[in-house]
Amino acid sequence: MDEAYDAIVLGTGLKECIISGLLSVDGLKVLHIDRNNYYGGQSASLNLNQLFERFRPGQKPPAELGPSRDYNVDLVPKFIMANGNLVRVLVHTDVTKYLEFKAVDGSFVFNKARVEKVPATDWEALKSPLMGLFEKRRAAKFFSFCQQYDERNPQTWRNWDLSRMTMHELYGQFGLDVMTIDFIGHALALHQNDAYMMQPAMSTVQKIKLYYDSMMRYEGLTSPYIYPLYGLGELPQAFARLSAVYGGTYMLAKPDVEVVYGEDGAAVGVTSEGETAKAKFIVGDPTYFREKVRKTGQVVRAMCIMSHPIPSTNDSHSVQIILPQKQLNRRHDIYVFCCSYTHNVAPKDKYIAFVSTTVETADPAAELAPGLQLLGKVDEKFVEVVDVFEPLADGTADKAFISKGYDATSHFETEINDVLDMYQRITGKPLDLEKEDLRKRQETQ
Amino acid sequence: MIDQLVQSKLVLLGEMGSGKTSLVQRFVRGQYYENQESTIGASFFTKAIPEKHVKFEIWDTAGQERYHSLAPMYYRGAAAAIVVYDVTHPASFDRAKKWVLELRQNVQNPNLIIALVGNKVDLAEDGARQVPEADARTYAAETGLLFFEASAKTNVNVAELFDEVADRLPRAAAPQQPAGGIQLSEQPTPVPAKSSCC
Ligand SMILES: Cc1cc2nc3c(=O)[nH]c(=O)nc-3n(C[C@H](O)[C@H](O)[C@H](O)COP(=O)(O)OP(=O)(O)OC[C@H]3O[C@@H](n4cnc5c(N)ncnc54)[C@H](O)[C@@H]3O)c2cc1C
Ligand SMILES: Nc1nc2c(ncn2[C@@H]2O[C@H](COP(=O)(O)OP(=O)(O)OP(=O)(O)O)[C@@H](O)[C@H]2O)c(=O)[nH]1
Ligand SMILES: [Mg+2]
Repeated sequence: MDEAYDAIVLGTGLKECIISGLLSVDGLKVLHIDRNNYYGGQSASLNLNQLFERFRPGQKPPAELGPSRDYNVDLVPKFIMANGNLVRVLVHTDVTKYLEFKAVDGSFVFNKARVEKVPATDWEALKSPLMGLFEKRRAAKFFSFCQQYDERNPQTWRNWDLSRMTMHELYGQFGLDVMTIDFIGHALALHQNDAYMMQPAMSTVQKIKLYYDSMMRYEGLTSPYIYPLYGLGELPQAFARLSAVYGGTYMLAKPDVEVVYGEDGAAVGVTSEGETAKAKFIVGDPTYFREKVRKTGQVVRAMCIMSHPIPSTNDSHSVQIILPQKQLNRRHDIYVFCCSYTHNVAPKDKYIAFVSTTVETADPAAELAPGLQLLGKVDEKFVEVVDVFEPLADGTADKAFISKGYDATSHFETEINDVLDMYQRITGKPLDLEKEDLRKRQETQ
Repeated sequence: MIDQLVQSKLVLLGEMGSGKTSLVQRFVRGQYYENQESTIGASFFTKAIPEKHVKFEIWDTAGQERYHSLAPMYYRGAAAAIVVYDVTHPASFDRAKKWVLELRQNVQNPNLIIALVGNKVDLAEDGARQVPEADARTYAAETGLLFFEASAKTNVNVAELFDEVADRLPRAAAPQQPAGGIQLSEQPTPVPAKSSCC
């Protein structure tokens, strides 16, 4: 380990592994270290024994739950937008060859105490029970506008300047009512609160387009989401392999690893077990940089093992339900996420459901009640409250590039944007996803 | 009639320097290098055995094993694993046993074929052998493993090893994955724009 590297990456969470993979592909000499003896950090998927070890130390899982190894329970469950940036990174790096994905069955929204399918297109709007007859027609026109909107083609703009017009004003142009706006803003554009209403409409229209384009990305999708077989824990491992294939060095189980700073305060390397490795810069998750991050909030998550799909989701084996804040008199949405043996994350006929939100009160577990109520009978439930951190600085001065903690959302769009941003801060250039992908540069045959 | 080749993922495990890469080089290319470099990076081979209707996708460790940092994803979906030790190196035999345990604990495929291979048997004649054949054979029999002593250098038992693994693969190797998977690298399907009625 007494060696010099271009980059040292600390923690093998998804964000760190993507960065490590991208830097290795760029030709940098990378050393990647984790204090744990497993891959994934916060983005690991646990088997049943590991789950009990973490939440019920000393207790054995009951036999009815089936074999431990058939479980791959995410610590931070999230779905992937089929046309989002994570998929573009996966395809660009050809990491897809290590992974298998399946569609997520359904995307639902909680509305007036009922769970309804999220309509995402003009024709779906016309069938949706979420809206009355006239509202359906207004919503269909709105969707049709968003689907066709093209930043580069003024003919699609209708003389509106979406970089100036607020989203509130755009909704007003279509005369949409509050309930419709609620599911569009939260279940389609995936905003976590209503601050977006007073911001320029452009980014929200693009988010609605992303949802629509994701639905259309692969044939037969019934939601815009996909999810890997065996759980999200596969993703960091796949990017780690990419990094290793391009020469990255991997060391797990280094519990004492610490960042070393030079006299000017810039990170210069890491130490572990009396050895020091040097690097031009260090990348890592907030747990490796306690004094360089601040807590921005807390996320509460319940992980539930069940023997049935979530009621009122048409027996979907994988599903997301968004409970918009307004419906619950909250400031943040509640997210429900469910997947099952069809994604190889549980034994036959078992389902894993998660309920999560951003903590607003002194009794976080109680805040999950509206989501938990939707699940029906639960075989086992584990609740966890985790702090979310973000870096104090952007890393360019102190050569410590730190990722943000994982938020409460049940999709990856915010996380992948953090990765792309880090990549740009580190290398000084944006990741060129348009460049021909790496499939041409195969591993040797 | 065109014979369908069944794709089978085969993974290599074993202590550094036990000869994993050399065995595969011998099998895939018929070559052997005295100074085979330790594997870092590129590490994927394919080889078909048409008479056995098999196409092996062979995964080498890409050096991740070096610091005990191999990702479990590596053996995910494997049809077969070849666990290599060096007959002149008792520690490598102990490590091989640990790999067998780890495979049994983590691999869901109940039909996973594990072959234990004592490599560098060419050195045994010079009296360098440290792992008695009988010990390894007994262990393999007790544990339900295929067993070979082989040499990548003198080409002993290499073809036999891969042939035997191919023979043991479930014949109608049904795809293990549930149906409905998505090929992410596919280009987006251009969807005919449905006309809206308003
Ligand atoms: C060429 C080379 C270069 C090295 N360079 C460095 C370096 O730069 N920096 C550095 O810190 N170390 C380096 N090491 C040491 C290496 O990372 C391990 O610390 C060392 O190999 C562990 O010692 P061990 O296997 O002899 O015994 P132990 O660690 O006591 O292991 C005993 C047994 O347990 C297994 N084992 C141990 N830990 C795990 C685990 N986490 N998962 C699965 N099995 C495990 C081992 O394979 C072994 O069979 C290097 C080793 C080699 C061979
Ligand atoms: N005498 C002898 N030497 C061998 C044999 N097979 C491999 N070697 C030598 O052993 C050394 C290590 O072989 P590799 O094939 O690189 O071993 P490996 O298991 O792939 O090693 P890592 O990639 O470092 O994990 C090389 O110098 C080989 O030439 C064999 O059958 N007999
Ligand atoms: Mg090798």
